[in-house]
Amino acid sequence: MTAVFPRTRVRGSEPPLLRQGENPEMNHASLEAYREVAPPGTVEFLYRLSEKVQGRSFLHVNSTRQGGGVAEILMRLVPLLNDLGVKASWEVLEGNPEFFRVTKAFHNALQGEEQVITDDMYETFLECNRQNSERLPLDADFIMVHDPQPAALVLTRNAVASWVWRCHIDASRPQRRVWNFLRRCVERYDAAVFSLPKFAQRLSIPQYLIYPSIDPLSDKNRELSEREVAGILSRLGVSQDKPILLQVSRFDRFKDPVGVINAYRMVKRRTECRLVLAGGGAVDDPEGKVVLAEVREAAGRDPDIHVLELPPDAHVEINALQRAATVVLQKSTREGFGLTVAEAMWKGKPVIGGTAGGITVQIVYDLTGYTVNSVEGAAYRIRYLLNNPEAAARMGRIAREHVRRNFLVTRHLADYLMLLHVVGGTVSGGSS
Amino acid sequence: MTRFEFVACSELIQILGLRADDERELAEILEGVSLDSVQYHTHGHFLRHGFVGAPYPNDFATWAAIQVRDRVLGERLGVVSPLDFSSLEELREEILTIIDDHLSHLNIVPRVIFGDPFDFMQSRIIEVPTGVTADSLETFRAGLAAIPPSAIYFHTIEAPRRLGRPEADFAVWLRESLGLDTLAAAVNRVDPYAGSLERLRTELLRLCDAQLGVPHG
Repeated sequence: MTAVFPRTRVRGSEPPLLRQGENPEMNHASLEAYREVAPPGTVEFLYRLSEKVQGRSFLHVNSTRQGGGVAEILMRLVPLLNDLGVKASWEVLEGNPEFFRVTKAFHNALQGEEQVITDDMYETFLECNRQNSERLPLDADFIMVHDPQPAALVLTRNAVASWVWRCHIDASRPQRRVWNFLRRCVERYDAAVFSLPKFAQRLSIPQYLIYPSIDPLSDKNRELSEREVAGILSRLGVSQDKPILLQVSRFDRFKDPVGVINAYRMVKRRTECRLVLAGGGAVDDPEGKVVLAEVREAAGRDPDIHVLELPPDAHVEINALQRAATVVLQKSTREGFGLTVAEAMWKGKPVIGGTAGGITVQIVYDLTGYTVNSVEGAAYRIRYLLNNPEAAARMGRIAREHVRRNFLVTRHLADYLMLLHVVGGTVSGGSS
Repeated sequence: MTRFEFVACSELIQILGLRADDERELAEILEGVSLDSVQYHTHGHFLRHGFVGAPYPNDFATWAAIQVRDRVLGERLGVVSPLDFSSLEELREEILTIIDDHLSHLNIVPRVIFGDPFDFMQSRIIEVPTGVTADSLETFRAGLAAIPPSAIYFHTIEAPRRLGRPEADFAVWLRESLGLDTLAAAVNRVDPYAGSLERLRTELLRLCDAQLGVPHG
């Protein structure tokens, strides 16, 4: 005798709404494909949850179609929301180079770097948003605006739709003048969403917490065979003859790559291993070049240290490196959410991370890895994991399961459906 | 006989913008915060620990022990069981009493130095019927094994709390609909606050298997 289970429904027969200029190659694995990787019952749960918001239109607006974490996740979320019966679409703000120079300065100022912002720059920002508000079809029931660049679109909002500002950056210590300017826009929204409580600001509107997520079916995270992994590592010139320590990150001082090299050296005195520092960001970034030079100097001529400069689309290479690693590090001293931690955990690796940003919410101390506060702490934990492979394997198994339940795109979908139901429902009187 | 309908739940977390850097501030803010926030950091803690149980069973104990590195307060708060309190107000009072007593024995107020501050939150939880139903112990056991962890949370923690009832939904149904008083009593003895939701599921399945006379697995 078996319990009565609901009939499995396969929706998504209608293609997702594609707006003008939308990338037709948007990678679209259907929601059904996630039954294989999400926790049992998750896909059916999402169908049930989505019944509360069926047929509602949900527009995302950001500033780039390709490149960066926001575009990466929208490429997945928008089609999946359509699979669930939500009329999801995605529009991109258009701006000239001057506008993007201004918003880059805004971005840096909001993350705490001192910037000079003139009145003309504020006007450039507002004018570009005004022009886009006339161009874009801002006619959905629920509009989610991502990050500061399009934040002023809300100034032309109508009273019918619900508007939410989704902040993906660490705006916890902003340059005050820039934040005060932006706050006037943000407080016109119905709610704001942050990735961590500590990134939030004092605001007069409700603030919600939604963690970012990884896509287990993307090139960066999909399963790879041992042969594929070996082939990619061979091409990258990394031998698998010793345990591999890996850090994947931009060459940025906040990621402490030199600290990682120093920790490796402490471990290397008694335990064989090699270190791979893989990242990008040095090509167009003057500071990245300086940090990369420092890293190369610190690495010296040690043949067991590999410093790899990878292009932004080296997703499969990063995937292979993470799968080949014995221990993954993310020894940041300052961090956004740090999704490379969840990526490595998804591949069953114990992670040693700095006590910074979202690393502390991803790593469960002593169960899935360790958070550390010093080079010595990192060395101590690396040495322990390399010399206790059973403990490392157990942590890796728990880490993968922890990510499966907390940091996959399927959980992100549930959060957005809830937001649509709670915020959208209360403002425009939608279904509940 | 009433058919049992498994209901899961989903939550949207709201950041309240109230932050404590030391244990005195924690108590001061806790005193004035909404009961929804007390619920989030105590009962609701389990909804976010479906698979990996946290080292301490509520957010206050976890923060004191892990972020402030005050193991003593962490241990004292960790042993507080929400089952012992008939209301969230009483639970809040108990937590405040423990913090006040702890601080009265110290010359300094422990604060975060290397860790994160405590951010007060609350959440909106909505019910989501799973469509899975049961009309016998066999079908109940099959449903229990297949439902999302949030359904375990809903029936063992959320629904009893909302109804002010000391029993989990499962125990009530097993007794009233199937007449399985002994099994219902055994289900009632399982402490839902003593680990992850998956641990709880495993324990409930073990009890069902014992009643059905089949090997657990």
